[in-house]
Amino acid sequence: MTDLTTNTSAHATEGEARFGDYIQLLKPRVMSLVVFTALVGLLVAPVRVDPMIGFTAILFIALGAGASGALNMWYDADIDRVMRRTARRPVPAGKVAPGEALSLGLWLSAISVAMLGLATNWMAAGLLAFTIFFYAVVYTIWLKRATPQNIVIGGAAGAFPPMVGWVAATGSVSLEAVLMFGLIFMWTPPHFWALALFMKADYHEAKVPMLTVTHGRPETRRQILIYTVLLAPVALGLALTSIAGPVYLAAAIVLNAIFLKGAWDIWRRDEAVAEADGYAVEKRVFRFSLYYLFLHFGALLADAGLRVWGIV
Amino acid sequence: MPITQTHELHKRRFGRNLGVALSLVGFAAIVFGLTVAKIRQGSLMEGFDHQPRVSVTPPVERDQ
Repeated sequence: MTDLTTNTSAHATEGEARFGDYIQLLKPRVMSLVVFTALVGLLVAPVRVDPMIGFTAILFIALGAGASGALNMWYDADIDRVMRRTARRPVPAGKVAPGEALSLGLWLSAISVAMLGLATNWMAAGLLAFTIFFYAVVYTIWLKRATPQNIVIGGAAGAFPPMVGWVAATGSVSLEAVLMFGLIFMWTPPHFWALALFMKADYHEAKVPMLTVTHGRPETRRQILIYTVLLAPVALGLALTSIAGPVYLAAAIVLNAIFLKGAWDIWRRDEAVAEADGYAVEKRVFRFSLYYLFLHFGALLADAGLRVWGIV
Repeated sequence: MPITQTHELHKRRFGRNLGVALSLVGFAAIVFGLTVAKIRQGSLMEGFDHQPRVSVTPPVERDQ
């Protein structure tokens, strides 16, 4: 038995993925948002959670989100190939075979749900399983290619993590959890449509029925304003619950005022003006929308800290 | 004949194997840590094994 090296020249195919390619399948940037919002949901709950159990819960909520990302990349490889923003993802780039992405997604889904159930409770695990199902099946397979409301309903998948974190701590759903869900749910459409306004060519070429393609840009601008107006009472309503305090109230007032002003500015513009300045306002509102969500949840965390230290 | 040349493919495979190994070690560590945390909380250390045992049956009221 002389030679194992005979294999070295053979088939250095694109299918031989690096470990990092599998990490990319889990959409680490989306996972970071999931980790943060789920952590806030878990920490603001009025129940003390053992740090190890809390850490495990957040880890497997994040892994569940990653699993749904892998399932999304498996199914969407054909449209990812067309869009500039997504063409370098592992499956369309040929680094990971579609079957590998599918089996990674399914296995990680099963592991994350089982481990969350064992670590915390089966209600949280069931909610995580539903979240994965919602993102992978309802959004990715069903709605994304079928309706321009894809973002609205699909946004629910991204809105579940703080609720899962809350249920992991308390074992039940309550008004606070529903409002945290509502905050992300209502925030998603204006956030994504602002992006769609200045990334127009991509969605059009991929034939994804984004609102900008099906109903036109003026309508998209109007919808951004409508959803931002509907978002404000949800954000301010959360300020009236037991988990919010002065920091959240102040943050919600200021952030919603700025977001409303941005949505108003987008609505008042037309395409000629937007193209003339390179979609400056749309890009500014999109960037701000990221801070908007981060700061709302950060404020909830700050108020929880103030309560723990007995300041409020 | 020993393997003297490593192909770029080998590096990729090594990285992948290392990643899987570290993930498995991490998973084992998490399960261990979780077990310790659960036991500290007072969770049952014995499961039901088709044979009633005093240690896993609920306490019975004595005064009747």
